[in-house]
Amino acid sequence: MKPVNLSTNHSLKRPNPPSKMKHYLTVVIILLLLWGSAVQSDSTLRELIQGLPNMLDLLKEMFPPKWSYLDNIWDAMLETIRMAIIGTTIGAILAIPVALLCASNITKKSIIFYPVRFILNLIRTIPDLLLAAIFVAIFGLGPLPGIFALSVFSLGLIAKLAYEALEAIDSGPIEAMTASGANSLQIIAYAVIPQIQAHFMSFTLYTFEINVRAAAILGLVGAGGIGHYYEVTLGFLEYDKTCMIIIFTLAVVLLIDYASTKLREKLL
Amino acid sequence: MIEVRNVSKTYANGTKGLDQINLTIEKGEFVAIVGLSGAGKSTLLRSINRLHDISEGEILINGQSITKAKGKRLRMIRRDIGMIFQSFNLVKRSSVLRNVLSGRVGYHSTLRTILGKFPSQDVDLAFAALDRVNIVEKAYSRADELSGGQQQRVAIARVLAQEAKIILADEPVASLDPLTTKQVMDDLKRINMELDITTIVNLHFIDLAREYATRIIGLRAGEVVFDGPVSEATDERFAEIYGRPISKDELLEEVTL
Repeated sequence: MKPVNLSTNHSLKRPNPPSKMKHYLTVVIILLLLWGSAVQSDSTLRELIQGLPNMLDLLKEMFPPKWSYLDNIWDAMLETIRMAIIGTTIGAILAIPVALLCASNITKKSIIFYPVRFILNLIRTIPDLLLAAIFVAIFGLGPLPGIFALSVFSLGLIAKLAYEALEAIDSGPIEAMTASGANSLQIIAYAVIPQIQAHFMSFTLYTFEINVRAAAILGLVGAGGIGHYYEVTLGFLEYDKTCMIIIFTLAVVLLIDYASTKLREKLL
Repeated sequence: MIEVRNVSKTYANGTKGLDQINLTIEKGEFVAIVGLSGAGKSTLLRSINRLHDISEGEILINGQSITKAKGKRLRMIRRDIGMIFQSFNLVKRSSVLRNVLSGRVGYHSTLRTILGKFPSQDVDLAFAALDRVNIVEKAYSRADELSGGQQQRVAIARVLAQEAKIILADEPVASLDPLTTKQVMDDLKRINMELDITTIVNLHFIDLAREYATRIIGLRAGEVVFDGPVSEATDERFAEIYGRPISKDELLEEVTL
């Protein structure tokens, strides 16, 4: 075989490299957006630096935290966790039919699953704090509107995760159940649920973690839980108490996150 | 009895899956369907229990048209037809027993089956079915703890618990090694003989078809090109079915050696 001669004497035709203009333009646009946002919101780096001593003052006032305040907030923290538990549970139960309706391999009619998915996405765009504010306006102050807000938020999150997992299940058992003369509910009970239940539990626990964090601030809009105490202590400039609340919240959230993560590892 | 009358299937893109198929399969027959991949074996099998819809013609199961059946009637006809798949199609996270019992759901109300309240006769039936395929000691294991051959036997037990009168097996041994292939085919043959269950098996290996079947149907490009007893299915006739001489990978013996 003749060796391939790479150094040909006729000029090689190379295609022109693609223009880099797009990259430069992207950078310019991002810089413009940053600069514009800073100017419009009156935030300057100089102000941040000038504000640093104030922040240090605040931190000084926060320490040492007022440990004895724990007795006052213990009940509120328990209420926060209870709100998260009930809200997550209601959301998870409601998410089951919604997820099934969203999954294209279960609900085979696009006339059903597209509208349901659209509504689900709509629900997910509402921030939980806004949901809580709306429910407070409807049901009044207290943990009930907080629980409803968390339920709706959990429904959106769990249904979204569950329907994506549903679409990835093995279709073989569904085919086998269809062939044996099962009706659609029996197919769901025998071929779908067993494949999805561990994932579903995992999603629910994950949502519970998020809900504990969310529930801790719902009190800011009067929807129960420990958030109310943030507002009160900050209002009275009792920063040592605020610090106690922050530390307590952090400890509880870390503990729950840890336990939930361990549980989820065992599930899957 | 299964009657396939003038059945054609045309896919949306215009290709013909099945072309004017006419077959009558009597009770208790052991039929092997052979042909190259893409010849329409799987399509034909799935048309019989209507996992696939056909474009033309009609299929009758014991005199009842499955082609025209809807809802409850369709499910009642399907209840009498068990199916075995290449990939077993068990629920891997469920126990073997629950997988076998799932064959019984067609006999009970939705609520009862969702709650898992099977009558004790059903549980006895499930254990008897597992015993018949020699795997009863695995009843409480999770399905994914079993080997491929064992999983396929669980799938056969599921069909037995279903008390199916017809068994359709779509490449039941294609993902098994030669030894387990023999065990699974022996199980199918024994059930066919002992319980007089009509059995239709899609097979890739033609020597397996010759060894186990009483009748062989050859498909090529959606058409029946051979239909007769095993004695007539000579190498020359197979060469016609495949449109070329038989190659070694179509013989299990050759592949094994």
